[in-house]
Amino acid sequence: MIAPKRGDIWMKALQAGILAVAVCFSLGATDASSRYNSLNHRLMCTCGCSEILGECNHVGCPNSTGELKELSAGIESGKTDQEILDGFVVKYGAVVLAAPTAHGFDLVAWIAPFAVFGAALLGTILLVRRWSVGRTAPIAVDIATLDPAERERRERIRRDTGE
Amino acid sequence: MFSLRARIILESSFMAAFGTIALLIAFALAGYNLLAGILALRWIATGQPAPISPERLADTARRAGIAGFLAISAAAFALVWSVFANDFSITYIMEHSNRALPGAYKFSALWSGQEGSLLLWAWLLAVYGFVLRLTHKTDVKLYAYAGTILAGIQVFFLAVLVFAAPPFALYQGVTPDDGNGLNPLLQYPEMVIHPPMLYLGYVGFAIPFCFALGALMMRYPGEKWIKVTRIWTMVTWLFLTAGIFLGMHWAYAVLGWGGYWGWDPVENASFMPWLTGTAFLHSVMMQEKRGMMKSWNVWLIFSTFLLTLLGTLLTRAGLVSSVHAFAQSSIGTWFVVFMAIVLAVCIFTYVLNRSHLKTEHHLESLVSRESSFLFNNLVLLVACFVILWGTLFPVISEYVVGNKVTVGAPFYNRVAVPIGIFLLLLTGIGPLLPWRAASFKSIRRNFVLPVIAFWVTVIVCLAVGVKPWKDGALDQGNFYALVAFAVSAAVMTAILSEFLRGANVISKQTGRNIFTATWLLTRRNTRRYGGYIIHIGVVIVVIGLAGSAFNRNVESELALHDKMNIGPYTLECVGFSQDSNLNYNSEFALLDVSSGGKKAFQMSPEKRVYLITGQPQTMVAIHSVPSWDLYVVYEGTNPDSGQPIIKAYLNPLVGWIWAGLVVLVIGTLIALVPSLSPSTASLRVPVRTGPGTTPGEPALKGGRL
Repeated sequence: MIAPKRGDIWMKALQAGILAVAVCFSLGATDASSRYNSLNHRLMCTCGCSEILGECNHVGCPNSTGELKELSAGIESGKTDQEILDGFVVKYGAVVLAAPTAHGFDLVAWIAPFAVFGAALLGTILLVRRWSVGRTAPIAVDIATLDPAERERRERIRRDTGE
Repeated sequence: MFSLRARIILESSFMAAFGTIALLIAFALAGYNLLAGILALRWIATGQPAPISPERLADTARRAGIAGFLAISAAAFALVWSVFANDFSITYIMEHSNRALPGAYKFSALWSGQEGSLLLWAWLLAVYGFVLRLTHKTDVKLYAYAGTILAGIQVFFLAVLVFAAPPFALYQGVTPDDGNGLNPLLQYPEMVIHPPMLYLGYVGFAIPFCFALGALMMRYPGEKWIKVTRIWTMVTWLFLTAGIFLGMHWAYAVLGWGGYWGWDPVENASFMPWLTGTAFLHSVMMQEKRGMMKSWNVWLIFSTFLLTLLGTLLTRAGLVSSVHAFAQSSIGTWFVVFMAIVLAVCIFTYVLNRSHLKTEHHLESLVSRESSFLFNNLVLLVACFVILWGTLFPVISEYVVGNKVTVGAPFYNRVAVPIGIFLLLLTGIGPLLPWRAASFKSIRRNFVLPVIAFWVTVIVCLAVGVKPWKDGALDQGNFYALVAFAVSAAVMTAILSEFLRGANVISKQTGRNIFTATWLLTRRNTRRYGGYIIHIGVVIVVIGLAGSAFNRNVESELALHDKMNIGPYTLECVGFSQDSNLNYNSEFALLDVSSGGKKAFQMSPEKRVYLITGQPQTMVAIHSVPSWDLYVVYEGTNPDSGQPIIKAYLNPLVGWIWAGLVVLVIGTLIALVPSLSPSTASLRVPVRTGPGTTPGEPALKGGRL
């Protein structure tokens, strides 16, 4: 019987892993949708407490209860998420949204971090490549030319570290 | 301005006058320290003939700095004394204390307002300066430069205290019988230590900044300044870390919203210098070991200090809206001007002396320990940029398009969380790569276990129900949690395998068991293995943070013996009552909590209303076990029924965050301890003599493996 190659074993292990992940993804039932929770975490409380609407719980908050009622009413009336959010913006201004939108100048808020990250990553890779181009690999030392003590030291390190 | 100061001195109580005079003396001493220091160092640098000995002048400057510490301490003492003496003739005391305030909180009134916290800043700066000036014999010239730069910073803070935000200003009109009291949110044990910790971190970064700028000014040869500042930087970093975590715990326990980090601008302001400081702690290793990234390191520490000033500006000037920010005040202008001066000095010094910072080596491979440090720095700085960008974007948007927007948690969750996970990944990869260049063989050998751990964790998590998909769409929270768990497992495996590899070597050499060998390994290179322990702490914290994706809560009005269920717990209301003392009235509920049909423990969430301010305050009841926290909030009473409204949260893995902090602190303390030197190692490590070894050998290997 021919022993399988090591590469084949790794490939089979990878396939098994992917299969296991796929099976696990499909296991079990998903929870019911919770639009209310999702939307109240995309809005801010407008009382000045700087908290997410769904998490604002300070006693006697004058605004959050009303906002949450409006949100429930919006969902019950069959509006889409965007229509509900637009309604809040019309009533309270853009500050009611917990994050910038993906339109107009707001888009810059989303793009800038990734642009900076990409540019910095690219710059670093190019810099390292430029530094490393033309550099010779460390010269291999002929073990036979070393003195016995050094040879023994290297051998012990090799043994100890399992190289 | 003079007449105001004169009036304060003439009319105030003795302690107010004493404090004001002490501040004026401290200001004068800091001014002398700065001017005399500059003159002396200039004369020494140029060799110009001087009317007096520059060395003696520099020493008088140093002594003035020491005396300045005593003067600022006297001012801080005067303010604390006045708080305890209920001296409401001082406006600051009247606004931030009252007679019924418990002693510990009276003490914390020192930093509860703008003037007091600036005084605390100045005092801590003086404490650091005192230690710096006392230990000047380590390197007299470098310390003279650092001490003089520090005096410049002290002059700024003292000028603000003397001219813009005097803590001993007198109350206009008839002195009230009682004060306004302390903000109820601050009346919590953590608040007695969180701000000083945070300030120790903020202020402490001034010291490595002074050394870096001083070393650049004097074109200091070698990397000694980095070795000198290493302990300062690590201790400062530790304080800042502890301060941030204490703040998180305070937010968790007091604000009653079930979370601990809200991406509030002031939270962000404390996090930004932490990120750049962390980057600095990593990249200085490149400079020490390979003479690389010298300019980078200098700018990292410059940026860190500038970010601490920016953080203070955000808190003090009302630049952005925040639950932490004090009322808008004129001192914002002071900080902007000072930051501009600091930046100008940094740029000028750098341009003048940048030739001194030429790197000695370059990176040789993209896959090496050096490049992992570089990428680590890159990611930390990008994270810092993201947070700075998110914090300032509302201001930028208002300026550019006249439209103020909110940048809250959803933005950071989408942008900063992936960057954080990538950083965590680098935490695991870096230690597995050798310096200079890695061979494919070594990469394969080192990465097999972490990769297996990653995929096993993914499969296990999916199997137990951590699914990144919900109703056919990506569930962002669950997806990040899954990735965070898997990467954490991989990183933990990588770090533990590093420990195991080293410990096995020592175990073979000494015949000790693996645990003793691990301890010896750590002692032999405390910096490296202390660092690994810090990374373990970070992994534990990340696991705790990832748990927030599975938070759930339930709210209910509970009549007597009504029950509510959350997770494995059933909460039964067995009583609700009221109480009062001199400081506040409170309402609370008594809840019997049962699990599996058996009564397990009792909780008592509470709501207080402080008498002086009339402000309400939540006192959350928390029952913490490793798997989750049961977090119960008394939300108030239904005005119609008079029954308490209880909100209960089940927050998975929160305890891991605080446990991670403990590990992180232990790791930092270990990294601060000097490694066993070869000579001491030879005394402490018995050697198993065998073929190829001689009794003295391990001692020679003591420092590094």
